[in-house]
Amino acid sequence: MPEIRVTPLGAGQDVGRSCILVSIAGKNVMLDCGMHMGFNDDRRFPDFSYITRNGRLTDFLDCVIISHFHLDHCGALPYFSEMVGYDGPIYMTHPTQAICPILLEDYRKIAVDKKGEANFFTSQMIKDCMKKVVAVHLHQTVQVDDELEIKAYYAGHVLGAAMFQIKVGSESVVYTGDYNMTPDRHLGAAWIDKCRPNLLITESTYATTIRDSKRCRERDFLKKVHEAVERGGKVLIPVFALGRAQELCILLETFWERMNLKAPIYFSTGLTEKANHYYKLFITWTNQKIRKTFVQRNMFEFKHIKAFDRAFADNPGPMVVFATPGMLHAGQSLQIFRKWAGNEKNMVIMPGYCVQGTVGHKILSGQRKLEMEGRQVLEVKMQVEYMSFSAHADAKGIMQLVGQAEPESVLLVHGEAKKMEFLKQKIEQEFRVNCYMPANGETVTLPTSPSIPVGISLGLLKREMAQGLLPDAKKPRLLHGTLIMKDSNFRLVSSEQALKELGLAEHQLRFTCRVHLHDPRKEQETAMRVYSHLKSVLKDHCVQHLPDGSVTVESILIQAAAHSEDPGTKVLLVSWTYQDEELGSYLTSLLKKGLPQASS
Amino acid sequence: MMPLTSCRMKHLTDTSHGVRNKCLQLLGNLGSLEKSVTKDGEGLAVRDVQKIIGDYFSDQDPRVRTAAIKAMLQLHERGLKLHQAIYNQACKLLSDDYEQVRSAAVQLIWVVSQLYPESIVPIPSSNEEIRLVDDAFGKICHMVSDGSWVVRVQAAKLLGSMEQVSSHFLEQTLDKKLMSDLRRKRTAHERAKELYSSGEFSSGRKWGDDAPKEEIDTGAVNLIESGACGAFVHGLEDEMYEVRIAAVEALCMLAQSSPSFAEKCLDFLVDMFNDEIEEVRLQSIHTMRKISNNITLREDQLDTVLAVLEDSSRDIREALHELLCCTNVSTKEGIHLALVELLKNLTKYPTDRDSIWKCLKFLGSRHPTLVLPLVPELLSTHPFFDTAEPDMDDPAYIAVLVLIFNAAKTCPTMPALFSDHTFRHYAYLRDSLSHLVPALRLPGRKLVSSAVSPSIAPHEDPSHQFLQQSLERVYSLQHLDPQGTQELLEFTIRDLQRLGELQSELAGVADFSATYLRCQLLLIKALQEKLWNVAAPLYLKQSDLASAAAKQIMEETYKMEFMYSGVENKQVVIIHHMRLQAKALQLIVTARTTRGVDPLFGMCEKFLQEVDFFQRCFIADLPHLQDSFVDKLLDLMPRLMTSKPVEVVKILQTMLRQSTFLHLPLPEQIHKASATIIEPAGESDNPLRFTSGLVVALDVDATLEHVQDPQSTVKVQVLYPDGQAQMIHPKPADFRNPGPGRHRLITQVYLSHTAWTEPCQVEVRLLLAYNSNSRIPKSPWIEGGEVSPQVETSIEGTIPFSKSVKVYIMPKPARR
Repeated sequence: MPEIRVTPLGAGQDVGRSCILVSIAGKNVMLDCGMHMGFNDDRRFPDFSYITRNGRLTDFLDCVIISHFHLDHCGALPYFSEMVGYDGPIYMTHPTQAICPILLEDYRKIAVDKKGEANFFTSQMIKDCMKKVVAVHLHQTVQVDDELEIKAYYAGHVLGAAMFQIKVGSESVVYTGDYNMTPDRHLGAAWIDKCRPNLLITESTYATTIRDSKRCRERDFLKKVHEAVERGGKVLIPVFALGRAQELCILLETFWERMNLKAPIYFSTGLTEKANHYYKLFITWTNQKIRKTFVQRNMFEFKHIKAFDRAFADNPGPMVVFATPGMLHAGQSLQIFRKWAGNEKNMVIMPGYCVQGTVGHKILSGQRKLEMEGRQVLEVKMQVEYMSFSAHADAKGIMQLVGQAEPESVLLVHGEAKKMEFLKQKIEQEFRVNCYMPANGETVTLPTSPSIPVGISLGLLKREMAQGLLPDAKKPRLLHGTLIMKDSNFRLVSSEQALKELGLAEHQLRFTCRVHLHDPRKEQETAMRVYSHLKSVLKDHCVQHLPDGSVTVESILIQAAAHSEDPGTKVLLVSWTYQDEELGSYLTSLLKKGLPQASS
Repeated sequence: MMPLTSCRMKHLTDTSHGVRNKCLQLLGNLGSLEKSVTKDGEGLAVRDVQKIIGDYFSDQDPRVRTAAIKAMLQLHERGLKLHQAIYNQACKLLSDDYEQVRSAAVQLIWVVSQLYPESIVPIPSSNEEIRLVDDAFGKICHMVSDGSWVVRVQAAKLLGSMEQVSSHFLEQTLDKKLMSDLRRKRTAHERAKELYSSGEFSSGRKWGDDAPKEEIDTGAVNLIESGACGAFVHGLEDEMYEVRIAAVEALCMLAQSSPSFAEKCLDFLVDMFNDEIEEVRLQSIHTMRKISNNITLREDQLDTVLAVLEDSSRDIREALHELLCCTNVSTKEGIHLALVELLKNLTKYPTDRDSIWKCLKFLGSRHPTLVLPLVPELLSTHPFFDTAEPDMDDPAYIAVLVLIFNAAKTCPTMPALFSDHTFRHYAYLRDSLSHLVPALRLPGRKLVSSAVSPSIAPHEDPSHQFLQQSLERVYSLQHLDPQGTQELLEFTIRDLQRLGELQSELAGVADFSATYLRCQLLLIKALQEKLWNVAAPLYLKQSDLASAAAKQIMEETYKMEFMYSGVENKQVVIIHHMRLQAKALQLIVTARTTRGVDPLFGMCEKFLQEVDFFQRCFIADLPHLQDSFVDKLLDLMPRLMTSKPVEVVKILQTMLRQSTFLHLPLPEQIHKASATIIEPAGESDNPLRFTSGLVVALDVDATLEHVQDPQSTVKVQVLYPDGQAQMIHPKPADFRNPGPGRHRLITQVYLSHTAWTEPCQVEVRLLLAYNSNSRIPKSPWIEGGEVSPQVETSIEGTIPFSKSVKVYIMPKPARR
């Protein structure tokens, strides 16, 4: 029984460490290879020993696909390819390929230089890993091998984010990665055609949320920032270096320009400049507005936003700072947060999702006293605001995508179990498809019934066409031919051709049947009666009465003979070849009913 | 007909999609003919056609499916009533794989919903029923989140015209969550069990409120597909601006018909003012203006609206000013805010002055009670101290005064708050900007205001009468002595010009008549020249005046013909007649000044052809031209054809003298085309420097009034100091149409020249191009191609119709 098997190594009923194994028609594909932000031990990377304990990973995986450059989707890649060992192809889009190494290097620096971790991947490993990457274009069908093909669709979310369709023969799986169904200031909306995959693996971060209009959110955000700046406060916006940061920058930049505000806006880390460069470059991946106007002015060339220096944090007066990382779990954003937390004039705006265990999650949950490293207790007096700018699809968007792709079943990953449960119900209710939500390490098996293509010989097809009317999509039609299976391909040819090809002689197969009739008359008369009866019933067939006393209907022969024991009973011998089976069996059943009483 | 049908029926089953396609098209076009043929079985035949077409809704080829739907729409357009059964078929097609099918299906559903709005349709998988129009509305809403933007645009557009839809369905389009009243419990028992509110989804605005809520009900039936919720929320934040514009338009139409909806959609519209694409912003401002009767802006909304005033696009700012003209503001802070923002706008973009003043005029007159408490602050008066008198020429101060005076018109207590200089300023503004400042009943100034106001209304009539009378006088005095005629014409022209300046609504007529009279005057003057009496050798010098007159008449006639909109055929005849006279004059003058006969032959020939052409073009109008030049000319035509040029000239000369002055009937509506160049302003002292041989782009912004078809007629001319002239054809997209009769040209002109030693000024002006062929009424035989090429009178030329603006430029030599 053909089947599709899916096992999440990460992101199963969880956010972070996305890594999903899919086996489809004998091919094994790994979707994403991310790290987990909530852990600092071995749990931060997926458990690759699940795939194989001692063999090379390359032998078990046909390809690896990375949906976008966020670390929870690509963070474990160098570890996986260089330290565990994988030499097969890694697929990602061009922007992802360009930006991914920057983020990985940044991640490495924090882990190794700041936290002093040993046994971590090195810069060289990142470089080696990126050499294995094959970049794909949107909507380009890439043939991984003879049977496995993949195709990327636009996903919004961040620059270069893509959804991937993995297809073997007629079976297919779509993996969405992270996606966004509403366009924002710099990216468009995710889009997929009606590809009707067997399985849609979708993220479900906002499974229970239906967001208001994005414009309300923008207005609220600007208003809050504006108010804080007006009263002389400092605003901290923790973001991940790429993605939301750019959107919010565009938003603030245009607002500052319009309102003619003077308070400085800073953006931390030099990383951004490098990344911004790519944003300017990959214009085709951005939204309509930016694509249309970049000739006059590239929206990513900011006038008001300057690079941040650590010393600026102590400057008096209002300012807005974008700092990384976005969940306040480490790095610069946490440092600034500690400095500013004590002043109630200041404000921190969390523009996105925070994983449990991070400082961001704690303050959003209302905690006002935080225990920091070294038993310090930090009292949070500053305003804490949450604003869902995160570019994930909300429940409505997920449903919309499911509606667009029309999958046979849906599998939820990248979300919290409880919320998934809720969405699962909604999907099953609305679309009447099966919905799964496996936990990490749990395997979902989906039986599939792939259609098998069979080639038909032209001669046979033409003969059939000549016989009947037009093919009608709604009605099944009977067709005689021979199915030849050879080297795993199937052909349908006429029987003569099959005999010829296989070098076989034709065998005749005849069915004979005796029908007892109670008729006291002579054989000839019985034959005559049978003839006239059949003539009247089978109007569109050729019924003949031969001189030797037998009756033929097409090629079916009927002979009447007297019963050896009972002269009152006649035996009708009906004989037909197997090609005429249909007519033959019909005739016998007709004759078995007996002849009508003669009128004479 | 029947054989045709059967023939079509046969081809409908053809294997080629193209054949089936065309057959369906044919059915759509001829469908109702069968109705008239088979009168007895009318209903049957009609249904048959629909059924036949309906069968192809499930064809295997998407192109055929589209054609089938289109054919059905075609039947509807041709007046056939579609059957309601089609609705269900069309609904199935909404989930088709192909966008063109879906797009057409949306249209079909809309058509059916308009035909049978009140029919009841069942909701699948339940025994609930709703109105068809509501159901269709829900379905089309669903298509606003379709995968293809073509379908989205189509759906969003159609939503706007579904006014019969129930209000709770309408309101659902603004909320993405399914509202509880669009769900029905299956059983009354369950219904009694709980009352539930908005929905089970969280809004994502607060952290932590997205924990899954309790499953509310599984047995409930959705009256509307949950995918259809928030159609406008989706439409307004779509990634394609085409969809957003369509959504804004639809919102406008629905809001116009439902005040409660207008109130609700206001927030969404206001948010659209921040859209990234200018067209969308502009469209939403226009929309808001259209529904402004139904709404009152809150302060925070006003804040967003006013922020747009800083937009760098003039279109947007002006649209916004117009919006503010008819907006209701709820608080005095709102008014203050609006004023402050408008003044900010004024300092940033001084060219917006008139528009802003006008805006404040309406703002003041709409909100007198809100302005009242602001007056002391606005005029910066103090209860005890006198404050400095503000500068009277400051546009910002004038703006404030316009607001206050207009408010004071309906608020009699306000003048008490004015200080002395305010009254003086009032008097000044009342005179200088009378269209902005109303007459006020001021204490102690009663006489002035009451004397002015009643005299305004009937003022218009006498001036019109005056115009008529002065023209009558000219026309009636045919046989005055030459001197007297000339004087009368001169006075009348002067009167008319002055009248045109005073009464803007009569300017067109006055100018038009004055131009005509000037032509006549020139003609008379030319004929009075001494040259006709002196001997040939002497008049070489004197003929200058006559030929110049002829030339000028020609120019003036072209102006009359092409610069005025609303010129009718009867005026065109007169104008052409005048031109013919000018040509005759030209001929005579040349005949007298040139020696030798040879060149005359050609000229005579040409002139006679012109006469012939005139006759052919205006044959219908000839009876009106009794006693005129051409009338007499045509009488003598046979003789002229055969006589020598010298004789022809002689005859013409006498006829010109004898011919009477034709009466020019005044058209109903006539407006002179005019243009004002707003940019470049021509005041800059800093030359525009650029490297010679390269180009520099000059932004040109001009308003055009009463120009027909500006895309093809308006040109920009650049005159360089060396006399070189350059003509630029602006792109059709550079013309905007902000209102009837008004156009705006915003374009870029590329200048280039060789290096100069000094900066110098170039002149930029607008030209109106004309082509004399365009106005001539086409007779059938002309269209038949009988006109020989040499009589082709298509004279192309240009008329400058704007003041020229000087631009200081400096092409520098290129550095090596």
